Amino acid sequence: MIIRMRVQKIGKLIYSSSLIILAISHLNLSLNAQRNSCIECHKELEDKLLAPVETFKMDIHQQFGISCSDCHGGNPSEEDIDLAKDKTFKGTPKRSRIPEFCASCHSDSSYMRRFNPNLRVDQLDIYWTSKHGQLLKKGDTRVALCTDCHAAHGIQAATHPKSWTFPWNIPETCSRCHSDKDYMEDYKISTTQWDEYKESVHARALFEKKDLSAPVCNDCHGNHGASPPEVTSIAFVCRQCHPSAGELFSQSPHKKAFDEMELSECGACHGNHKILPPSDEMLGTGEKAVCIQCHESDSKPYQVASQIKDKLDAFIEKINHANYLLEQADRQGVEISGPKFKLVEANTALILARNLTHSFSLTEIEEKIEEGEKVVVEVIRAGEAALREAEFRKTGLIIATCFIFLLSIAIFLKIKQITKKAPNESR
Amino acid sequence: MKKLLQNIYSYLDSRFMLSGLMEFAKKKKVPEHKHSFWYYFGGICLFLFILQVLTGILLLLYYTPSVDAAHESIKYIMSQVKFGWLIRSVHSWSANILIGAIFIHMFSAFFLKAYRPPRELTWITGFFLLLIFLAFGFSGYLLPWNELSFFATQVGTDIAGTIPLIGKHIKTFILGGPEVSGATISRFFWLHIGILPLLTVIILGIHVLLVQVLGMSKPIGIPESEVKEVPFFPNFILKDSLGWMIILALIGVLCVFFPWETGQKADPFAATPLGIKPEWYFTFMFTTLKIVPSHIFSVEGEVLAIFAFIIGGILLMLVPFLDRNAAKERRSPVFSLIGWIVVLYILVMTALTYLLP
Repeated sequence: MIIRMRVQKIGKLIYSSSLIILAISHLNLSLNAQRNSCIECHKELEDKLLAPVETFKMDIHQQFGISCSDCHGGNPSEEDIDLAKDKTFKGTPKRSRIPEFCASCHSDSSYMRRFNPNLRVDQLDIYWTSKHGQLLKKGDTRVALCTDCHAAHGIQAATHPKSWTFPWNIPETCSRCHSDKDYMEDYKISTTQWDEYKESVHARALFEKKDLSAPVCNDCHGNHGASPPEVTSIAFVCRQCHPSAGELFSQSPHKKAFDEMELSECGACHGNHKILPPSDEMLGTGEKAVCIQCHESDSKPYQVASQIKDKLDAFIEKINHANYLLEQADRQGVEISGPKFKLVEANTALILARNLTHSFSLTEIEEKIEEGEKVVVEVIRAGEAALREAEFRKTGLIIATCFIFLLSIAIFLKIKQITKKAPNESR
Repeated sequence: MKKLLQNIYSYLDSRFMLSGLMEFAKKKKVPEHKHSFWYYFGGICLFLFILQVLTGILLLLYYTPSVDAAHESIKYIMSQVKFGWLIRSVHSWSANILIGAIFIHMFSAFFLKAYRPPRELTWITGFFLLLIFLAFGFSGYLLPWNELSFFATQVGTDIAGTIPLIGKHIKTFILGGPEVSGATISRFFWLHIGILPLLTVIILGIHVLLVQVLGMSKPIGIPESEVKEVPFFPNFILKDSLGWMIILALIGVLCVFFPWETGQKADPFAATPLGIKPEWYFTFMFTTLKIVPSHIFSVEGEVLAIFAFIIGGILLMLVPFLDRNAAKERRSPVFSLIGWIVVLYILVMTALTYLLP
């Protein structure tokens, strides 16, 4: 019986030892299969040759399981450098070949579908239509290539806030070349765009309000097909987000005049990169007015511009007065949420009237202002009533307090009288 | 005219035994000594409660207890109803002053050891009145259905929900569902204008009756020679009414210069605003729960703190039976010391609520 038990124990021991050996050998095989000699070697190198190891860790390709050899070829399972760099090894592509290098996968719809079916596969075709692509075709390798905007090994999805192509990083990405005076010298184009853009209303929306829908470089110039918009197309670029202003302008007499003078529609008054927050000062005939750039002081349009400005100023003054009254009443504790809400209607009318200035029609602007003024008059009345109410409350309080005070004195005197009558109550 | 009044009086007297009551009132005396000042807080509480009832009834004429109309009806009261702003502001301000006055009344009774026999039941009914008025405050706070009240109720009931085993059921019972909703406003409204007033009338009736029957307690240790007795009618009641006048003037000033705000309508889908806190009288508990360590001796800190408050409340209610020295007309400095520690704790925690980020 004991012998039988011992035999069983030895059997179990042999069985479990075999299992462990098998597991270790399997693990070794797996490790060999997963070995990436590219990373192992480059880890030991310095600077430029080490950088890809570090940056590739956060690369979108790495997240999808794409390794060095998928782009650069070679056999990463080999430890020996000569064996690793086998006949499939491509190494670093020539700068002029980078677009095709990336496109070998990114233009292959069946391949790309495995990772991201929504990603476009026509970037290369569009790139060749861009200014960058055209110059590259002519042999200028200093122009922007895929890696200049997307990085080479630290590529991140455009939706990642750290990506070079995420909206709030795009101006800086473009400015790396376009703000470099020495680099851009040969191209004879301005390098102030980034500095100008920083002052624009769009930059304020993007960087201060974190409004990702605010336009950046690529929204007007395109991304893969980047090129400067022609004078005739600038208005259509702006109309993407400002269709109403564009529509009004198209119907105005300015459209024909601008076309004839070959002026860019929106840009002529608002500028291009440095599009400042629009102000009422741009209207009329004041120092900052854009109308006087073209219209002489004795002309009819000059007078219309002045009238439009006067009408708007008067309307704004009324709104401000209404607002002041409501604030005063609110500070004095009178409930004014109703009139305050009503004032929103007047502000909406002001916004619409300001937008109507793109039609340059005094009649249309006047009509809209009149609509708003009716509301403002109502609000002013409510504000005045609220202030009267506040005064009434204070007067009421004074009267009531006087009454309470007199009553208190009467009670106090009565107490005194009673206490005098019976100075020593029972103890 | 005089004869008519006499006839009415004798008609009522024969039915309600008014002459007996009058006789009692005439003979009723109130002790007067160096601590008599604190007696007046009872009267102030009663006066403020009467204000609550009157203004509450008027508010009922326009208030609509539903998710869609509650906030709108409050706005209507504040802006359209003649003197609506005054009625609502008096209701809200006097409610807050009332709770403050109740705390002062309770602690003054505690330090003067007014709970000692035979006034144990006066103390216990007073304790229940404190709980009832805290419930009045909690339920009334939600009724305007504004952002602040909505989320404060949410936070308040979340705390109740942390009690092991029964917490979740208590929370569901209070809210009428898993979260603050139309069901909550409906039951808070009925609690506020139906159940709590009924309970108040009963318990306040007993409390006042006991005060009248047993009279006011004289503090321990004051020599008899230093205690005068003054008639309740008219001496004490006149002094009491002088206090009411001061309170009324104060409420008037507050209502005119700081009318109770309407706030933004509650949006159940909005994120809880930062720094949301309950009404000031709950803040000492709220801050305790906020700063208590997550675990104390492997028990959840919040749960432990809630139990501590429950036990503390029970001990406070039972103090007439625990303070044996006071029961024997002897000084009880230990209870006084504990009382001062509790007062200090409440003051510090309340202050921290508004000082801590």
